[in-house]
Amino acid sequence: MTTRLAAGMREQMIKHAYACHPEESCGLLAGPSDGDVQLVFPTTNILRSSTNYTIDPREHLSAIREADAAEMEIIGVFHSHPHTVGYPSVTDVSLAPDPTWVYLVVGMENYESPSVRGFRIRDGEITEEVLEFEESIT
Amino acid sequence: MTTINLPTIMRQHTGGAKKITASGRTVGEVFSAVGHDYPKLGEQLTSPEGGLPVFVNVFLDDEDIRYLDGLDTPVDERSDITILPAVAGG
Ligand SMILES: [Zn+2]
Repeated sequence: MTTRLAAGMREQMIKHAYACHPEESCGLLAGPSDGDVQLVFPTTNILRSSTNYTIDPREHLSAIREADAAEMEIIGVFHSHPHTVGYPSVTDVSLAPDPTWVYLVVGMENYESPSVRGFRIRDGEITEEVLEFEESIT
Repeated sequence: MTTINLPTIMRQHTGGAKKITASGRTVGEVFSAVGHDYPKLGEQLTSPEGGLPVFVNVFLDDEDIRYLDGLDTPVDERSDITILPAVAGG
């Protein structure tokens, strides 16, 4: 499958990953259900850890309300791997909260040029999602 | 009736409904009523020990019930409960 995002969102997620480094950064993605990502919500990693993240539930609530007001849903999550490749870890797979979500990982194994990759995680199976970053999405 | 807002992952148990309503004097009583109407959903709102499951966050209006009285937190007709999955990874 393919998920489309605005080009600026890639920069936004990378910027958040740098700001939180060496801790893991995280955030939520919203859009029409089964649609493209239209809103990015950088959030606080309440674990303040370089190996794990948990999104601040209070910020999750705010994101849901904002998405709701725009008639959107939370459709995914992004987080960074401060020192390793952008591929879901065993923990990412075991804790994946929703099989309909898209899971984006900012891999910072090469600190100077982070990668952003997308995945679906269903029943413990990881499949790579094609991410299309576009100048403008409708 | 108290309104309960459900995350996408739990709507499979309510025929796709995003919001449901249920009666009770506390969050726990509301959840029992939810379990009566939607047994599968009720199971997801209760841990085997009887408390709130670790990977579920429950807000009463703007407050996390873990910082109130948990499942004993009183609710009224105008209360708005939002259930969120914990979003975590490594
Ligand atoms: Zn991870």
